[in-house]
Amino acid sequence: MNTTKPGGISRRDAVKWMLTAAATVPWLQPSALAADPSRAGTSPAEPQPAAPPIEPLPSRDGYGTDPDLTKTYGPGDFWPLTFTPEQRRTAAALCALIIPADEHSPSAAEVGVPDFIDEWISAPYPEHGYNRVTILTGLRWIDAEARRRFSRPFADLSESQGRAICDDICWVPKATEQNLEAAGFFAMFRNLTAAGFYTTPEGMKDLGYVGNTPQASFDGPPEAALRKAGLIA
Amino acid sequence: MAIVTAETLRDSYDVIVVGSGAAGGQTAYTLTMEGAKVLMLEAGRNYDPVRETPMFQENFRAPLRGTGTPDKPFGFHDATVGGGWKIAGEPYTSASAESGRQFTWYRARMLGGRTNHWARNALRNGPYDFKPYSRDGLGFDWPISYEDVAPYYDKVEMLIGVYGSNEGLENTPDSPDGVLLPAPKARVGELLAKQRVARLGVPVIPLHRAVLSQRQDFQRIPARLHPNNPRAQRILADSMQGRAACFWATPCGRGCAIRANYQSTTVHLPPALATGNLDILTDALVREVTLGSDGRADGVAYVDRHSGTERRVRARVVVLAASACESVRILLNSRSPSFPNGLANSSGLVGRYIMDTVGSSVGGQIPLLEAMPPHNEEGAGDHVYSPWWLYREQKAGKLNFPRGYHIEFASGKYMPNQYTAWALERYTGGSYGRRFKEDARRYYGSFIQFTGRGEMIPNENSFCDLDPAVKDKWGIPVLRFHWQWSEHELRQAAHMQQTFAAMIQSMGGSVIGAVHEDGRRAIAPGGYIIHEVGGARMGGDPKRSVTNSWGQTWDVKNLFVTDGALFCSNADKNPTLTIMALAWRCSDYLLEELRKGNL
Ligand SMILES: Cc1cc2nc3c(=O)[nH]c(=O)nc-3n(C[C@H](O)[C@H](O)[C@H](O)COP(=O)(O)OP(=O)(O)OC[C@H]3O[C@@H](n4cnc5c(N)ncnc54)[C@H](O)[C@@H]3O)c2cc1C
Ligand code: SF4
Repeated sequence: MNTTKPGGISRRDAVKWMLTAAATVPWLQPSALAADPSRAGTSPAEPQPAAPPIEPLPSRDGYGTDPDLTKTYGPGDFWPLTFTPEQRRTAAALCALIIPADEHSPSAAEVGVPDFIDEWISAPYPEHGYNRVTILTGLRWIDAEARRRFSRPFADLSESQGRAICDDICWVPKATEQNLEAAGFFAMFRNLTAAGFYTTPEGMKDLGYVGNTPQASFDGPPEAALRKAGLIA
Repeated sequence: MAIVTAETLRDSYDVIVVGSGAAGGQTAYTLTMEGAKVLMLEAGRNYDPVRETPMFQENFRAPLRGTGTPDKPFGFHDATVGGGWKIAGEPYTSASAESGRQFTWYRARMLGGRTNHWARNALRNGPYDFKPYSRDGLGFDWPISYEDVAPYYDKVEMLIGVYGSNEGLENTPDSPDGVLLPAPKARVGELLAKQRVARLGVPVIPLHRAVLSQRQDFQRIPARLHPNNPRAQRILADSMQGRAACFWATPCGRGCAIRANYQSTTVHLPPALATGNLDILTDALVREVTLGSDGRADGVAYVDRHSGTERRVRARVVVLAASACESVRILLNSRSPSFPNGLANSSGLVGRYIMDTVGSSVGGQIPLLEAMPPHNEEGAGDHVYSPWWLYREQKAGKLNFPRGYHIEFASGKYMPNQYTAWALERYTGGSYGRRFKEDARRYYGSFIQFTGRGEMIPNENSFCDLDPAVKDKWGIPVLRFHWQWSEHELRQAAHMQQTFAAMIQSMGGSVIGAVHEDGRRAIAPGGYIIHEVGGARMGGDPKRSVTNSWGQTWDVKNLFVTDGALFCSNADKNPTLTIMALAWRCSDYLLEELRKGNL
């Protein structure tokens, strides 16, 4: 079988791969990183009270096996959201750094992606519980890092200040030992930002998606596509 | 639809059909078109694809952008209702805790069963596939041959509408002229694969899928399917005129409101209901087949899922078509002094030799497919596939496994979803900001995945029985699965991995993730491919089979099985087209026996 294919990967396998990746890549494991002040960047000489642990979600139902599929839903319709106003501001700032506005489309922060990420980490399904810990811990870390380096909350940094932090954590193989877990957070946050953004009308248009519109015939690839693939000269 | 309630049931029917999916739908269609009075019992709820299918809903309209969850494993908008890998209150168990010995079971609880969301790949078994034991001494031969089933493949293809082409390849049967609908053009990624993998000897040809690439010929087909039955012809012609051609825009797994692909609920049930001969009772979970004092089946006992009460209904003939393992469960739960081990189980073979398909995938990123000019690639699933091609090498002993696999392709620019720009850092070195947006545009649609679907040989260690302790929420004993792959399947899965990696390389691409040499790591768990068949196999000898070659149980003359439980082997070809062809064939025999007064 093959149902819909995300990026050429059937859903079934994509989920499988994600799970395998999470199980084998140590930096994808949840950690209490920000709860450890020395690793949060504060000087060991001025110990701070350990941050409270991320609360696990109370167990509750999801949307069940027979929801009405013809309706439009928004974050918060099936389960309550998590972000505090501060967390939301931090998340929005990071979304805007990862997917900023350009001549093709608006920024991820402008089209509701922070709400989607909130919905994602608040969902009562097992995988989401672990994403929740990583994201909430990471948001806390990045805000603390902003305060440490620039004495302001992350959401109030200039673009170049924000990028200075992100440059250190934007790719796990490039990150220092100390930043490994933050880089794991960033990878997950970027994934979720992209997931939220490219599924909006603005994001789909940006990618040049032209399906979902009835056609009289299936015409196959245009010449330009065949040429691009080297199938015709 | 003419859905009845327990209160409006007739006193008795000619035939009770349990289940409404591919097998139940085809059985009810064939019987009612020829005038038999049929009651269909379906455990799930009523379901109307015309009204309920979210055809154009973009992913942002769904919770979590439509991404699958345990509640909806194939995504929010997927057509599965009331089902999934687990159903609350309706468990199944595993006899072993070992990781390689698990069987996972996908069910749906809805009118039409899993035909509402299946992938619609509809391949015929070939001549070899009915006589595998005779070819290599493994597994079992069927009591029937390709020639026995071929006329029914023709009929089913004409009825449901299957696109594809005739290529004249070994053990990959052609259909007669005028049976298949034209295959759609290939996508650019599919064409690139075809060009590049030719040098590996892998053929790439149009897939056969149950999708109307054009409208059906409602003037000609009904007369071919129902000669001498003008009423049936008229009803079918009406139904065919109510089906539109595919408009190349939406994912078939959500179902199709314009009835352009095959689902039992859009193709089998509407004409069957139009005959006036079909009553459908939904939310009716059959527990057991009941026996009269004469040793014949006299009906079934079922649980009304709303009230939890048990009721009975009677018929001259009972047909089990609840899907292979569900039909087995009903037989095993139908215990009586004369059948202490379950009904129709004097051979001891009920539940034995269940099979799934060998599944393994490798994905890759293909630079030649980057930054393609925008054009529509939606519609009707995969357009091409690779049939098994190494028959000669296998026969000459050059491969270390005995049976074949086919390859399904996944390539194209589908509606963006969670994974569209997921984990791109492998290629981008961790870009973010404006560069990330450029990268997302560049890589969108540049991925391909090859997925193997291979033949599993039935074995002694793969079967299901009743769990001695666990019951579902109505107190009905549940199935316990025993599972073990043999070296044949494990080696085949490892071969798939090498082949797919070579295919990706031949396209100038890079493989995503590991290429497994160890079959145990390469193979998907049992049941995962959702092609479970066997458990009540047909045969020529009552001691070595559960039914004769018409699905009639040896032990109880008026009890039939018409679903995948009948399978003696599970060819690499996806099973559903064969399930329907056999269901039609069994139903023709059942009608004949009814007419003769033998039932
Ligand atoms: C995502 C997916 C993709 C697939 N892709 C393909 C493909 O491309 N090609 C292919 O050939 N196959 C494919 N399959 C498999 C295909 O769906 C099945 O082979 C087919 O549906 C089997 O038909 P069936 O009638 O035996 O069972 P089902 O379609 O499962 O229908 C059985 C019905 O019986 C009902 N039932 C069960 N127990 C009882 C009971 N005790 N009392 C009353 N009713 C009961 C169920 O609720 C169900 O509605 C796919 C399956 C899935 C899930
Ligand atoms: S692609 Fe075609 S057959 Fe499939 S759901 Fe859409 S219109 Fe129907």
